[in-house]
Amino acid sequence: MSTSMVKAEGVHKRFGRHEVLKGIDLEVTSGEVLCLLGPSGSGKSTFLRCINHLEKINAGRLSVDGELVGYRPVGDKLHELREAEVARKRAEIGMVFQHFNLFGHMTALENVTCAPIRVKHFGREQARMRARVLLDRVGLADKHNAYPSQLSGGQQQRVAIARALAMEPKLMLFDEPTSALDPELVGDVLEAMKQLAADGMTMIVVTHEMGFAREVADNVVFMDEGVVVESGPPGDVLANPRHERTRVFLSKVL
Amino acid sequence: MAEVTDSGGRPEEIRAVPVRRPGRWLAAAIVLVVAVAIVHSAASDPRFEWHVVGDYLFDKRILAGLRVTIELTVIAMAIGIALGVLLAVMRLSLNPLVSGASWIYIWFFRGTPVLVQLLFWYNIAALYPKIALGIPFGPAFVHPDANKLITPFTAAILGLGLNEGAYMAEIVRAGIISVDEGQSDAAQSLGMTRLQTLRRIVLPQAMRVIIPPTGNETISMLKTTSLVSVIAVGDLLYGAQIIYSVNFKTIPLLIVASIWYLVCTSVLYVGQYYLERYYGRGASRQAQLTPLQRLRLGLFPRREEGV
Repeated sequence: MSTSMVKAEGVHKRFGRHEVLKGIDLEVTSGEVLCLLGPSGSGKSTFLRCINHLEKINAGRLSVDGELVGYRPVGDKLHELREAEVARKRAEIGMVFQHFNLFGHMTALENVTCAPIRVKHFGREQARMRARVLLDRVGLADKHNAYPSQLSGGQQQRVAIARALAMEPKLMLFDEPTSALDPELVGDVLEAMKQLAADGMTMIVVTHEMGFAREVADNVVFMDEGVVVESGPPGDVLANPRHERTRVFLSKVL
Repeated sequence: MAEVTDSGGRPEEIRAVPVRRPGRWLAAAIVLVVAVAIVHSAASDPRFEWHVVGDYLFDKRILAGLRVTIELTVIAMAIGIALGVLLAVMRLSLNPLVSGASWIYIWFFRGTPVLVQLLFWYNIAALYPKIALGIPFGPAFVHPDANKLITPFTAAILGLGLNEGAYMAEIVRAGIISVDEGQSDAAQSLGMTRLQTLRRIVLPQAMRVIIPPTGNETISMLKTTSLVSVIAVGDLLYGAQIIYSVNFKTIPLLIVASIWYLVCTSVLYVGQYYLERYYGRGASRQAQLTPLQRLRLGLFPRREEGV
């Protein structure tokens, strides 16, 4: 299968006068794992946030699963989607953040059941049952009733992954999921992500973990200063970069 | 040199001689003398007339006034909190008209004395003799007499509640701003609407910041209700005034009122403590101790530490 899951054509994003994305073109097919690499400030995270409309793009076209993000085409004009419609589309896209952003006033289990109950209108018991399965799968069988403040960073991030998966997303976005973790905690999170990739989830991962990119990604994209410098299978881009900028970056992180 | 390790090879517990603190003993002595002097003068001075205080503490009129005071506090705070949340959300709205309206409300109600506002509501009938409910500039369906609709009690509720709303708005807004933006990002990425995000994610976490100043406001409100005696609402202070205007036992009756105000604020302290404990869940690694647990820990520290 090779249907397009995410398609970006000339995506531009400005914050005030500062142009962060200067025309991004890329495509992610269903079931693919794409790693976004690049120095900080290159626009990787911003692009990720555009995909579920946490940020509005200023120009270009961005679509998920064949539908424009945030807009509806009517004739030759674009109409903004209403909030409820945007929310419905976001519910189909999971997102994992650099700083976990777990809900601090809820236990691990409540974090995972919250959105299924409120957004998908699952029954409380059903949501709990599925949440337990998910938390067990990411290795947190004994932490269901712990609050985020009582968990290590690695455990929190795995709860965050379970929370996103509970919505049964068709696409998962990871925004530097291991950057805020102690080195010895990174492994558990990457393991959970590898498992997810092996299960066939479509994933876009902003990361500095070159090992993960090499091993798991189908394609990598190297971004710098708001443009895609080069892209291709990790074997090509990471081993034989064609551009000087890529080569310099890789020599620093590897 | 003392032995550093015991027979098991484990370093010995340090049992050092504590530093002497003569300043503490001196301060304690001064405080004690002053306290005894105050209590002695209050207890022995016949002008305090403690027997009168005892006679009137549970007087019918005092208790009726106490009830009105509590009712006013509860209703005015309920209006204030509801209005405060609404105004705070309005102020954070992206719609400039909505946030501007909220700003003007807060500016007006914080900028004029609450006593003036109370008198204003009390005399509203002079401004609007009839209050009509109907289509604007069109026919009215009901038009009750303002004098009958706005009783002194309603005037008091309106004056206190609307004023409190302006203060609560700023408190709630501070609470909302204190919650990390990542929380909203996460909630919205899960498909929650802005309203759901506010209600389920942001406000519950803002409560930790909102509760302490709200407790302060409630205690302040309890005492501010005493202003309503000027518009002839029979609150606690009014009850005391009625009695001493007849028997001239002014000081004992003011003491009676003060005792009841103190009792009420003390109850509020306890309520606030447990509310803070509830909304603080998940905020710190360890569960907070209740005062009873802390008291036991203070009296028998070693036993509670455990081995």
